[in-house]
Amino acid sequence: MAWVNQDKCAIVGVGATDYYVRGKSWPRTINDMAAEAIMNACADAGISHKQIDGFSYYSTAGAGYLDKFDTASLMETLGMPHISWSATLTSGGGGCPGAIGLATAGLMNEDCTYTVTLMALQQLPQHRLGVVFGAAAPNPENSFLQPSGLVGPGHLMSVLARRHMHLYGTTQDAFGEVVMATRANTHNRPKAVRKEPLTKEQYDASVMLADPLRRLDFCLETDGAVAVITTTMDRAKDCRHKPAVVHAAAHGGQREWGRAFAWMGMPDPHFASSGHKFTADRVWAQSGLTAKDMDVALIYDHFSPMVLMQLEDYGFCEKGEGNDYVLSGKLRYDPATGKGVNGGVPVNTHGGNLNEAYIIGMTHIVEGVEQVRGTAINQVKDAEFALVSGGPASLPVSSLILRKD
Amino acid sequence: MTYGPARALPGDQIRITTNPDTEPFWQAAKEGRLTACQCGECGHFRMPPTAICPECGSRAKNWPTLPGTATIFSFAICNKNPKNGEDYVYVPVVVDLDGAPGTRLNANVSGCDAEDVHIGMKVSVDWTPIQDGWVLPNFKA
Repeated sequence: MAWVNQDKCAIVGVGATDYYVRGKSWPRTINDMAAEAIMNACADAGISHKQIDGFSYYSTAGAGYLDKFDTASLMETLGMPHISWSATLTSGGGGCPGAIGLATAGLMNEDCTYTVTLMALQQLPQHRLGVVFGAAAPNPENSFLQPSGLVGPGHLMSVLARRHMHLYGTTQDAFGEVVMATRANTHNRPKAVRKEPLTKEQYDASVMLADPLRRLDFCLETDGAVAVITTTMDRAKDCRHKPAVVHAAAHGGQREWGRAFAWMGMPDPHFASSGHKFTADRVWAQSGLTAKDMDVALIYDHFSPMVLMQLEDYGFCEKGEGNDYVLSGKLRYDPATGKGVNGGVPVNTHGGNLNEAYIIGMTHIVEGVEQVRGTAINQVKDAEFALVSGGPASLPVSSLILRKD
Repeated sequence: MTYGPARALPGDQIRITTNPDTEPFWQAAKEGRLTACQCGECGHFRMPPTAICPECGSRAKNWPTLPGTATIFSFAICNKNPKNGEDYVYVPVVVDLDGAPGTRLNANVSGCDAEDVHIGMKVSVDWTPIQDGWVLPNFKA
């Protein structure tokens, strides 16, 4: 059944800071970067930041999981006269597109008029996400994980990837193709961290960090901030750009994916998956669309195998066929035609977390907005629908379909 | 790739904590006994141990002695000690525990070369003393 809030709200502004290699943003502070991103997003929308009256966060309002955002501090920093909505999607980065659904809830409930969804990330040496599980103090739950030496998200994902290889014959070549296909989209992006073309030989020479995953299978570690503004369609008409219409938004997950990220108890075939099947089914049911209807897919890519597994969970290909789908070049964007290759849907036309920057999923939302506005650097021709995903991670994970107005 | 012998991470670098739901597992380990949390009502196994049976909602728990054998479900190969970054080949494994259907442990495996570890491999428990007098179940090929 179609979602009751379908096409009633839109993202009207996007804004970001520069993207910095991990730790290099200092002496800028989190609040400095967050405020710049919000003000840039408001300028993009053509509104004053003093008109913002709602916050719809994710990641439990975390900035790299250690620093915490605070609505009161941001209000004080920005001089916002009042707020009437401040809510957070629980768990981690898997909630980024779901936070737009949360914004829609506040807007449709008439609690607020313009909401901001924000991530600002600063990974100083004591705040590195890459070793977050190993650096955490022992607790009764992680005492069943930490001693194994699975210290970072990439270690955990390497174990899932290994099982996928075992069950379906998936190859490291496919992981490499995910990295190379999305790297090919950053050479013309001024702010991208990794812009040089990547050859298969270079990929194969990349250091093995957690076999079967190489350094280049891991996303970038970056600092920076990204903010987006969501409002109702009637207000969106008065904004500067064409609205990126919120066509569907879903978050959640199913028990078989379990506690993920700190567990490893998932039964087959969920173990060798992105944990997105439940949310994918919901977003397709809400929209009446399927993967084949998407013009572009912005797939959360903290680790390359998880792109392959999401393509399966969202139905771009059948379960177990991700290897062949990827190796046939179907992720690639062809600048000559502005379309996909070999009948595929272009994935991460902005380069993604692997190549452009890792602001915990927010850059995927920005790219989705620019694609349906028609202003993307690597514009997909006649893009009408963009899928944005968040996660895999601890539940909830989430997804969003943006539509051209 | 060739990695050479797989070694469990040094026990003196490992700390755990417990709570009343998990402590019986670790107390059994101190006695050299591998156990898993079993519902005292419906018999369903769960790990890590939690307060309530997710199947039937009972708080009753059994801690039966398991055979101490397991099957490797998946694994990674790592080559840096996560505590200090030194070269150190270890193999984090996820194992299915014999005698406790549906439960898994995360551990290290030793007694073979890292590149010989494979899914489906049979392993047996190997106790590693860690900080504060606790004992950690690892596995041996």
